[in-house]
Amino acid sequence: MTAARPLPGESRPYAFPRFERRTLSNGLGLVIAPLPKLPVVTLLALADAGAVTDRPGEEGLAVLTARMLSEGAGGRDGTALTEDVERLGTAIDASADWDAALVRLTVLSSRLPEAMALLADVLMAPALPAREVERLKAERLAELLQLRAEPRGLADETLDRAVYAAGARYALPVGGTEHSVSSLTPEAVAGCYAARYHPGAVTLVVAGDAETAAVERLAETTFGTWRGVTRGEIANPDRRTPDGRRVHVVTKPGAPQSELRIGHVGIPRTHPDYFPVVVMNAILGGVFSSRINLNLREVHGYTYGAHSGFDWRRWAGPFAAETAVQQDVTADAVREVLFEIDRMRETPVAPSELSLATSYLDGVFPIRFETTDAVATALANLVLYGLPGDYYDSYRANVRAVTADRVLGAARAHLHPDRLQLVVVGDADRVRAPLERMAIGPVTVADDRGEPIA
Amino acid sequence: MRIPYETFRLANGLFVTVSEDHTAPLVAVNLWYHVGSANERAGRTGFAHLFEHMLFQGSAHVGSNEHFELIQRAGGTLNGSTWVDRTNYYETIPSNQLGLALWLEADRMGQLLPAMTQQKLDTQRDVVKNERRWSVDNQPYGTAWEKLQEIGFPPEHPFHHSIIGSMEDLSAASLDDIASFFATYYTPDNAVLSIAGDADLTTARPLVEQYFGSIPRGSGRPPLPPMHVSARFGSPRRQVVPDDVRLPRLYLAFRTPVFGSAGYYAASVCGAVLGLRRGSRLHRTLVRERQIAADAMAYTSDLAKGSDILVADVTARPGISAERLEDEVIAVVEHLRRDGVTEAEVSRASALIETGYTAALQEAAERADKLSQFATYFGDPGLINEQVPRYRAVTAAQVTAFAHEWLGEDNRASLLYVPRESPDDGPPGAGANRE
Repeated sequence: MTAARPLPGESRPYAFPRFERRTLSNGLGLVIAPLPKLPVVTLLALADAGAVTDRPGEEGLAVLTARMLSEGAGGRDGTALTEDVERLGTAIDASADWDAALVRLTVLSSRLPEAMALLADVLMAPALPAREVERLKAERLAELLQLRAEPRGLADETLDRAVYAAGARYALPVGGTEHSVSSLTPEAVAGCYAARYHPGAVTLVVAGDAETAAVERLAETTFGTWRGVTRGEIANPDRRTPDGRRVHVVTKPGAPQSELRIGHVGIPRTHPDYFPVVVMNAILGGVFSSRINLNLREVHGYTYGAHSGFDWRRWAGPFAAETAVQQDVTADAVREVLFEIDRMRETPVAPSELSLATSYLDGVFPIRFETTDAVATALANLVLYGLPGDYYDSYRANVRAVTADRVLGAARAHLHPDRLQLVVVGDADRVRAPLERMAIGPVTVADDRGEPIA
Repeated sequence: MRIPYETFRLANGLFVTVSEDHTAPLVAVNLWYHVGSANERAGRTGFAHLFEHMLFQGSAHVGSNEHFELIQRAGGTLNGSTWVDRTNYYETIPSNQLGLALWLEADRMGQLLPAMTQQKLDTQRDVVKNERRWSVDNQPYGTAWEKLQEIGFPPEHPFHHSIIGSMEDLSAASLDDIASFFATYYTPDNAVLSIAGDADLTTARPLVEQYFGSIPRGSGRPPLPPMHVSARFGSPRRQVVPDDVRLPRLYLAFRTPVFGSAGYYAASVCGAVLGLRRGSRLHRTLVRERQIAADAMAYTSDLAKGSDILVADVTARPGISAERLEDEVIAVVEHLRRDGVTEAEVSRASALIETGYTAALQEAAERADKLSQFATYFGDPGLINEQVPRYRAVTAAQVTAFAHEWLGEDNRASLLYVPRESPDDGPPGAGANRE
């Protein structure tokens, strides 16, 4: 043992994995990153078919369509396709998030050609059988039913409805509501596929133990015959509710904890303030040693953990502070979170806080890309958000360049105390009165289905 | 694929593994202490885990919350976790900061107690009580694992009680308990240190010797109560748990051969045939074909002592009763037991397991954790390279024989969660026992 703290040695250079971008003759984008560490490879197809493409009343269609891709394809029914895929020791994970549909798999590199052929079948020739559409709809309805008893999911869903205007796509769950999902048909799924899945709207990312030239040849052979063009427009999904704080209590009688979300509409991923906002949020609530976590957890012992974050999307996703606190300190915890958000806008952060945030974000950068799946996801984001080709090479310098002034500027420009919506999933009989006494804004109480309770 | 590794042991008993990979300038440090909830004394359930929290509260030369801050400032990630028979602490950091991570681990292994205060204990007790509320009490099916421990092991067995513990026992924990637990279990001869990534023996060994070398050996752990349980339950067990859930869920548990033993691999493959991914029996039959389940999976718990527990975990579709769900799951198990499994099913299962295992080892943290695990349980970190061959060697005949011997009615415990219909059913977690 020794009292003297070790000093760091000389740091070794790190480079984000090299990659090549190609476009096949039919318009399909191709990104290839050779990573020869272990004998595995990740294939990730990104299609411009995210939930923002859902039309009003059809919320959930993009997710359902993406999930249907792996329910039978290339002349196989769902059971046969699953067998062929899993025999290779992999599984096709097909789903959609807000921004895109993502179809991904990780496989031992010796099985890459067979895996790519199956991925091509799934994207180019899905069967979309009516029976499986009905089954996936029923599974989504079961998931929604379970959500009613799941405080975290309920809190997230309530915050979305509180911060986004009615009718904005972001106000409703990515997978759709009971009402919208019930109305989806096999014809709608086929229509969504026909409109959205075409080579010009798809990028295939291949990261792992494979050579660029071989992957390129393989992609041309398996995807080269695909034809078609994408149709359809996207309505603005991120309109916000009127300014003014409001408190939304979802009652869960007898709940031992209150699940809290405190937030408002944030900014899009491509906003020029991205780096100062990321650093600002790290200090506010983005890492363990952040202000919100140290205050609520380590000073007060109110919670197991408290965080804040901007949900980065093509349009403006939500910003939220979130935590779960024991029921009797609900109002105290809300007061502390509001205090920390205000404080962030009032005075510059201390040099030690700034250096902690920037050296953390700088230092963990290589740790984020240890796996083929992580590298593939990073490259997909590059394509999705139209980031420059050297984005990952300049990331660390961009983080280090953020100053206390820019953090203060980012807090003042992008934290809006007057717009905060407060969601509390907990025992309304116990938390309502203390929250009303705080006079944050009008308090409404609803049941777990969102129906108002007087 | 072969993960390289080298080992050495300090004079105080600390066993060390080093696994080189210079792909990126990062290194994982991982410490396994061979102590978990099984070592807790009566009236102190949850103590091993509360103690894990206290290890982040500083040590002789490290201030409160400084452990987290120093690692994060160095550009690293870190955490710890508590299991029935081990507690681990780990960091992944830029490789030029290896010294810092080792120094921090050594300072708290050697000199934790000077930093312990009543106030820190009180705060962490509140944090852990909130962890319990968050992950167990206020979460649908959140009590499942502690109830599986209860139903899976007899009351006198060290695995019977909850890892996170009861609120009452957490309240009773004192600074004296901290001191005696530390002296007994947090000793170099009861730990394994693994270093994986951009480091080699030449640089790592002197650092380990410098920081850990002077920590005294322990005076020996007290023996655990007997871990032995009968290989099978002997008779069917059943517990119905009314909970704040909307859909019934069945956890059907079987006692099975312990993790890493000769019989374990057939058990693990059988679990995968039954419930790993969508091509498994349970998913294909109950989710896709019969459509009575919303989700279905099966897995081993990987317990290395006493007995492992294989669990089939199936959630009903809306409108399907708990009893129907249970009958249908048992029918799938019976069918597998009666007719055995096919070569294709076994090769699907082991291929999925192999890919998952290999892909996970891409992360230095996972390589370090596996090396610590195999060194702690079996004294042989080299087992990290033996898992894939052992899985590949499992035959359909072995899995069929396993199912026949271990999945019978005499070795089943049903834990059945049902939606609580009225407040009269009692508080969350209260259950009616009928065997």
